[in-house]
Amino acid sequence: MSRHEDPTRFSYEEISRLVSAGSTVLDLGCGDGELLLILEEERSCRGRGVDKQEDMVLACISKGLSVFQGDLDEGLKDYPSQSYDYVILNQTLQMLQDPRFILEEMIRVGRKIIVNFPNFGHWQARFQLMLGGRMPQNKQLPIPWYKTPNIHFCTRKDFIDLCGDLNLRIVDEICLNSAGRRLAVGKNAMATQVCMLLESKKA
Amino acid sequence: MKVKQDHRTVGVVESRDLFIDDPEALILESGRKFGPINIRYETYGELNDTKTNAILIVHAFSGDAHAAGYHSGEDSKPGWWDNMIGPGKAFDTERYFIISSNVLGGCMGTTGPNSIDPASGKAYALDFPVITIQDMVKTQKLLVDHLGIDCLLAVAGGSMGGMQVLEWSIAFPNQVKTAIVIASTGRLSAQGIAFNAVGRNAIMSDPNWQGGNYYGSAEIPRQGLSIARMIGHITYLSDESMRMKFGRKLQTREDYNFDFSDQFQVESYLEYQGDRFVERFDANSYIYLSKAIDYYDFSSRYGSIDDAISRTRCSFLVISYSSDWLFPTYQSKELVYAMMRRGKDVSYTELDSPYGHDAFLLETGRQEIIVSSFLKSAMEGRR
Repeated sequence: MSRHEDPTRFSYEEISRLVSAGSTVLDLGCGDGELLLILEEERSCRGRGVDKQEDMVLACISKGLSVFQGDLDEGLKDYPSQSYDYVILNQTLQMLQDPRFILEEMIRVGRKIIVNFPNFGHWQARFQLMLGGRMPQNKQLPIPWYKTPNIHFCTRKDFIDLCGDLNLRIVDEICLNSAGRRLAVGKNAMATQVCMLLESKKA
Repeated sequence: MKVKQDHRTVGVVESRDLFIDDPEALILESGRKFGPINIRYETYGELNDTKTNAILIVHAFSGDAHAAGYHSGEDSKPGWWDNMIGPGKAFDTERYFIISSNVLGGCMGTTGPNSIDPASGKAYALDFPVITIQDMVKTQKLLVDHLGIDCLLAVAGGSMGGMQVLEWSIAFPNQVKTAIVIASTGRLSAQGIAFNAVGRNAIMSDPNWQGGNYYGSAEIPRQGLSIARMIGHITYLSDESMRMKFGRKLQTREDYNFDFSDQFQVESYLEYQGDRFVERFDANSYIYLSKAIDYYDFSSRYGSIDDAISRTRCSFLVISYSSDWLFPTYQSKELVYAMMRRGKDVSYTELDSPYGHDAFLLETGRQEIIVSSFLKSAMEGRR
């Protein structure tokens, strides 16, 4: 199942609604470019993707997208400051060597940033760890600890703390529960997925 | 015979000549006026009514105007990029009008050191002016103008061809819509210059080179040119591709004989490549073209890399190959980063391949998909 068909993940439509029409977008870990294509075709954005995998880059070029094959752990050093309206990091943050560094780089390059990640503080994960004494493994986190590409898990609360450290203001937030429905309350324990639109408090 | 078996071939093609009978046909980068010049070229496919489907293919060091198809029905070998050019291929001749010409300073029909100097009635030899990548591009511009094309849909090439593509995008920003730079760089590394220097030395130290005046003489610098080509071929391969292709196998025996008649397979391969090259290439052209590659620094005339890139107005596709150590990936990335810093539309991919620099001629599967989809989006106005 590809990620946009998974009801517990954010649909590209949901993410694209956080982006103003006609803006410039840098999509980090862009995969096959579906999100960028939606942003370009439906929201008249101008976008560029970055992905590590050759087949993903190929898929993007086939869609007429502008894409760079590169490793996010190397950062965004050759992107000028404030050169994009939005920098998006979709389902990748917890896979990076240095998530704090990439967030700093994103907010340097983009005027606003969009980040989403799985919430490790979901009640099911809490119970599995507390009662079972083992690392959580469930529908949202199906891969055992020794195989998972997710090397930097965090909870919603952890992430909000980091945003404070980085002087980031939460402009908008979408939290989904395990059925893929939007949550208004109880986000810390009920959200399986968190997506935030952030900007620098300095701006 | 092969022509009939292959459905995706452009078939039998013909070379043509554009002769510009003007002593000032070109003002070279060195400041010298030069002419007359002949430009050998081929075209494949049809130019559309709006003249918006023209693609210029520029060749690498030892290439020529014959990029696709066969020169006759009996021809055993097609043009040098035949796997990329033809009906339904990356450079689809059913959609695009493809132009390919031999470079200035070459020896395959376009004016070069082996052409006759009208002033003396003899071959130019070393009286041929030192030419640059920019001069090659200016020559191609004359051809493109002659064909009545205002703006090229794409300019594409690998290696030395990629340098010309880059130069097109900088020198004629309004005449290039997209640029495809494969296994190339904006300036050759010290290592690359070093190999070229050894190649030139091999030629110049061959007594038959005779200070370049070997035309019409009984002996040509066969040995020197052959050694130069052998060195070149080492740089086009990779450790891995040599191991896969030859290993440590001997050419004619199973066991070592411990005398100098023993030949490893890799030795006999290089010797064969050297011998074949001598039959088709001119030693003085080797010297001039390799020097043009060494001299090229796309940023030198504009102050910095970024200032040079700022001039461009096209969309770029940059491809490098993982095992290419002659034009390594970091050099392609240097270009791409500058394009990104200047907000240019650029797509970049590093294709994983064991074939070294030669990959751009061999890895046609993925390269074909990338180039064809890039061109398709350009043709549809999405670039």
